[in-house]
Amino acid sequence: MIEVTDLTKEFNGFTAVDHISFLVEKGETLILFGTSGCGKTTTLKMINRLIEPTTGGIRINGKDVREQNPEELRKGIGYVIQHIGLFPHYTVEQNIGIVPGLLEWDKPRIQTRTRELMEMVGLPPDEYLGRFPEELSGGQQQRVGLARALAADPPIVLLDEPFGALDLITRRELQKEFKNLENLLRKTMIMVTHDVFEAFDLGDRICLMDQGKIQQIGTAKDLLFSPSNECVRDFFQTNRFQLELQVFRLKDILPELPGEKFVPDNADIMEFEDSVCLGEVLESVEQPSLKKSMLKIRNSFDNSVIETHAEAVLSAFYRIKSSIMS
Amino acid sequence: MSRFLEFILSHQDQILEQTVEHIGLTVVALAIAVFIGLPLGILLTRYKKLSPSVLGVTGVIQTIPSVALLGFLLPFVGIGVTPAIIALFLYALLPIVRNTFTGIEEVDESVKEAARGMGMSDLQVLRKVELPLAVPVIFAGIRTATVINVGVATLCALIASGGLGEFIFRGIALNNMNMILAGAIPAALLALFLDGLLSIMQKYIRRIIKPLLALACLLIFLIIPFWVVPSLFDHAFRAGFTAEFMERADGYPGFKRHYQISVDTVELDPGLMYNALKEKKVDVICGFSTDGRIKAYDFQVLRDDKHYFPPYHAAPLVRGETLRKYPILRDLFSQLAGKISDKKMAELNYRVDHDKEDPEKVAKDFLKSFYGGARGPRGAGNLLVKNYKSQNTNYKQIPNYNVQNYKPNGIHASMQYHSNSPSSPDSPHSPKFASLATGGMVKTKITIGSKNFTEQYILAHIFALLIENNSSLEVELKTGLAGTKICFDALVNGEIDLYPEYTGTGLLVLLDAEENTRDSILRDEQKVYDYVKAESKRRYDLYWLSPLGFNNTYALMMRGEQAKKLEIETISDLKKYIDQLYL
Repeated sequence: MIEVTDLTKEFNGFTAVDHISFLVEKGETLILFGTSGCGKTTTLKMINRLIEPTTGGIRINGKDVREQNPEELRKGIGYVIQHIGLFPHYTVEQNIGIVPGLLEWDKPRIQTRTRELMEMVGLPPDEYLGRFPEELSGGQQQRVGLARALAADPPIVLLDEPFGALDLITRRELQKEFKNLENLLRKTMIMVTHDVFEAFDLGDRICLMDQGKIQQIGTAKDLLFSPSNECVRDFFQTNRFQLELQVFRLKDILPELPGEKFVPDNADIMEFEDSVCLGEVLESVEQPSLKKSMLKIRNSFDNSVIETHAEAVLSAFYRIKSSIMS
Repeated sequence: MSRFLEFILSHQDQILEQTVEHIGLTVVALAIAVFIGLPLGILLTRYKKLSPSVLGVTGVIQTIPSVALLGFLLPFVGIGVTPAIIALFLYALLPIVRNTFTGIEEVDESVKEAARGMGMSDLQVLRKVELPLAVPVIFAGIRTATVINVGVATLCALIASGGLGEFIFRGIALNNMNMILAGAIPAALLALFLDGLLSIMQKYIRRIIKPLLALACLLIFLIIPFWVVPSLFDHAFRAGFTAEFMERADGYPGFKRHYQISVDTVELDPGLMYNALKEKKVDVICGFSTDGRIKAYDFQVLRDDKHYFPPYHAAPLVRGETLRKYPILRDLFSQLAGKISDKKMAELNYRVDHDKEDPEKVAKDFLKSFYGGARGPRGAGNLLVKNYKSQNTNYKQIPNYNVQNYKPNGIHASMQYHSNSPSSPDSPHSPKFASLATGGMVKTKITIGSKNFTEQYILAHIFALLIENNSSLEVELKTGLAGTKICFDALVNGEIDLYPEYTGTGLLVLLDAEENTRDSILRDEQKVYDYVKAESKRRYDLYWLSPLGFNNTYALMMRGEQAKKLEIETISDLKKYIDQLYL
């Protein structure tokens, strides 16, 4: 659990972070979201003491970070940065083994752990262990960066725009994998991003910051449907429809689906888990033939299967949305 | 070529010894520079506010000419190995400090952030990230420092610290190309070798860093005391001689035989020698009898009671070609003949060396007093008097008529001598007028050279003023040429038209007369003059004009108070004292 209280940082009279407070529960992912210069990265770096706060406090599991040795503190916190920062003179294996090395693990243990992590991030160890960072693509480098941050299995991971330096396709691919990494499921994470889709996709809650202040903290749905002020509303206006489709999952609209059994002979039936968001479902059907695109949805609660077509999903979404709005 | 190989073979022991000395100086100074420069560079990355001032200071040190730096160190650490190592260390400092600083500063910021973010301490970041990544830049700095040091170490021969510079400077002094090459080629090879060695070390630095550090410690803490400390306390009575004196036939080798004397000697730069004696770093030196510092520093000249030193009468040495083109030169210089006595010359030197007056002003004053003394009907002298006077009023109107860059110990100072400068178009002697006066001939210019000691500067200025004031010729000065050989070569090749030279030097160095001829005429000043005059004309088409009067010969000198205390007045007294010292 990370507890931030009344945190302020001033740089030469300029207030970068202005009296902010928030709480991140164990196992939760909080997104610090906002335009550049809003103070989100500064906030993140105060948590592992790369920047010292001007006033205010940060507690991790009840312990004030300023009472801890900064190096010891950081060894217990995974840290991923936008520019990755792999050591160019270290191989992939050595890079991943840095923190275990600092923690003085024995060599075989570090070796096993390195291989395990490389499998996890999708880099076959035998092929990549001995390579140097310059021999990897940007996406591969960030995979190594992620593996390095997780090497000592820290309970807390801080991520500073981890996918920011990657092209759009690689970014989406990595985000998807990232979401499904079992290693990350139990972690308490704070991630900084200015990519709204990434924020909505990966965060349990989102902390929207502007000019050093928190505008609103809440789930993606809270931010979209009950913005606390105009500023928050304006933030999502341009991509509103896509974002709405993203925040609703099939599970949310199940009660509204009629559950028709009609199956045309020539239709392909696609099967979805109910945790998939609507945006993804609609992306995978052909737009002109919404009615003909048949879907099979597996209800994770009772394992029953509903068959329906895409148009029904879309109209169910509109019904739910209007009920929330009113 | 074969003579060069012959020379190498016959001197291989000396070359080897000098090379070892050279390596020693370079490597020890470099080790200290790395030991101090590397941490200093690292410190600057931690306290960035200091970096401009520290880098500025090391940068300024770098710009000090090496001989000047050695001279500056002399009163504090004397001569020999210690000041040499300090000077080399100072020169090596800038590239090492700056490259360490830059190398670490230029390590990718994200890599440093990642390192700190993972929990590395400042020391760990330095050791595991910053230093390894800065290695290429740091090594580039060390390699630059090495090459600089090998070069500067040759100059350290001027303060008796040995090394390959000994051959180089003796060679220059003696006009001996083989000897110069025997010093210069090993020095160049040494620079290449050390540079190559460092590039190999750079590749394996991670593996060899520890033994290397141990070796450096050993060098600094074991070898230096053994090497430096004795040089501080040793030597009961020591002579400081110039490279030229040490090697010339009429210098130390002959002197030793003539007086049956043997004394501890060290090799010194001519400019630093007097200071070294004054600062009690040596006890006797071979100066020149007209040197102003004899009076300034209260030195006692030891009488040459067995008449060893040959005559060195100064006279203008002119190219035949120049003289035929401008016959007026002969007339002009004949007016100076015999006009400068030993005492007069010493006085002029004293004014520059001690009173720090400008050599040009001293020259001007001399010509003025000369004019005063030459008043009255004296035939051709009137020309000088008249023109000098009329020109004299011009001085005041031309503000830029002064010499910049006066560097008594500089390697080379070239100055344009412009009484007829384009900035004073009203002057009747401006180039335009000059060409009219000479019947539309192309611009005429005489280039006067000089060696790099005070007397030569003054004489060059006297010559220049004499010519400018009494003819329409334009004069350019190339003063401060480093040594007899350089001056003479410049004259033979036409880069200069004339310079003041000494008859003894002509006989023994320039013409390298055969031993029989030499010995038969050596003690007779007229015979020496006649010989060099005839031979220079025959061999090089060079003309010796009338001698100026003074005899600037070698003279042994000691500090006045010590000479008095030891009751030494003649060289024979010195021999007696030294013999008794070693008994």
